[in-house]
Amino acid sequence: MLPRWVKPLLFLLCLLPLVRVCVLVVQGVPVNPVEFITHASGTWALVGLCLTLAVTPLRWLSGYGALVRLRRMLGLFAFFYASLHVLTWLWLDQFFDLAAMWRDVLKRPFITLGFAAFVLLLPLAITSTDGWIRRLKRNWARLHWLVYPASILAVLHYLWLVKRDLTQPLIYAAVLALLLGARLLRGWWLRR
Amino acid sequence: MLIRYPDPIAPSEITPREVYLNRRQFMGAGAAMTLALLGPTASAALPARTSPYSTAEEKNTLKEISSYNNFYEFGTAKSDPAEQAHTLKTRPWSVLVDGEAGKPRRFSIEELLKLAPLEERIYRLRCVEGWSMVIPWVGFPLAALLKQVDPTSRAKYVAFETLADPAQVPGVRERVLDWPYREGLRIDEAMHPLTILAVGLYGDILPKQNGAPIRLVVPWKYGFKSSKSIVRIRLQETQPPTSWSMANPREYGFYSNVNPTVDHPRWSQASERRIGELFRRKTLMFNGYADQVAGLYKGMDLKRFY
Repeated sequence: MLPRWVKPLLFLLCLLPLVRVCVLVVQGVPVNPVEFITHASGTWALVGLCLTLAVTPLRWLSGYGALVRLRRMLGLFAFFYASLHVLTWLWLDQFFDLAAMWRDVLKRPFITLGFAAFVLLLPLAITSTDGWIRRLKRNWARLHWLVYPASILAVLHYLWLVKRDLTQPLIYAAVLALLLGARLLRGWWLRR
Repeated sequence: MLIRYPDPIAPSEITPREVYLNRRQFMGAGAAMTLALLGPTASAALPARTSPYSTAEEKNTLKEISSYNNFYEFGTAKSDPAEQAHTLKTRPWSVLVDGEAGKPRRFSIEELLKLAPLEERIYRLRCVEGWSMVIPWVGFPLAALLKQVDPTSRAKYVAFETLADPAQVPGVRERVLDWPYREGLRIDEAMHPLTILAVGLYGDILPKQNGAPIRLVVPWKYGFKSSKSIVRIRLQETQPPTSWSMANPREYGFYSNVNPTVDHPRWSQASERRIGELFRRKTLMFNGYADQVAGLYKGMDLKRFY
């Protein structure tokens, strides 16, 4: 069992990026606050996805199965930051101009990929409750397999939008490759 | 009812008209005197006259203009130049102007500062990334410099080169772009009165992160066309290769005129976010300078020559 304080502490830790963004924006530190919010929320959505996907490999490595109790919260925080990211685009970037947004989704590959990633995450967030886990039974795990394509799309979305310097998105690509690779490797090892 | 009239103004208090009209020079002279007294350590205010080419739009603050920069020689984050540019040494500095010129030569920065009367040019700047600012540059027309070297009839293009000394601009150690940073203009674009060499900002010398000590400003083109910290200007017959179009020819062309109808392959150029504003505004053809520059491109297919 996890000590009682772990979950509340993790919750507060996951809120820190939001607090930081709010404080800096209120103080007027970022010169382009909309861009800053967009980048920060996108970054933390990606970090959240990577952390969520790190839980299972960490369980294998540590043998500490109770870690799985933290996975839902990490996943929901990833979704929370992804929603903030999408909302910034919807409201501050496009001002709910649905026609223009749809054109962007169709015409700009990096938006297409990001939007697809978000659409894939949406049912996962909705079915994250205990009730849905019970109702869906075995299909719950099948449905939540979608987190893999969603994360890959999210990293591609980042890679595709960068103007020139690919260092940052490549770091996320490497981390994600490691996390997904660990799963493939273990599957191969067990089937051997 | 008691009506208070203002006290009549004594004739001696009225500023003579010629002094009033030349108040900037007058203040400049005062500033220059103060400077001479304070010695070279004092911040060098640049006296400049106003220009009809300036916009009346609200200017961005010095903090905005000098802390949100693309200057890859100091790193690719917007905050990198303001944090890293202290390694740039702007004195001594000289610019070699050569190529298809009758009198090619090297100009010291001191000469350049006195080459032509300095003007304040309040220009819109539109970045290819989709943001914009309004910036009060201080500078002089590039044409004034080019005329000094007597361009020959073969001078069809002008190439610009930025400093690439790794000790001063450490970002060139990363091969993000093919250094030195190179840009270019057609000769008629270079000679256009809107095209200036800027040496100052907000009435003072240029901050290093903005391209000190001397940089190009071409307000109807995307910002990356305006080379910073220039060390060489070359007149030539052929169109010069430019850093961004060498890096990605499909996304960045030689002309790179601000054009809301020609999108970047990955994003729309129809609108922009003016720094300091919450919502996006429409991007104007040639960044709002169409009346002055549209004639340069008459008959050209701007979708092809992007």
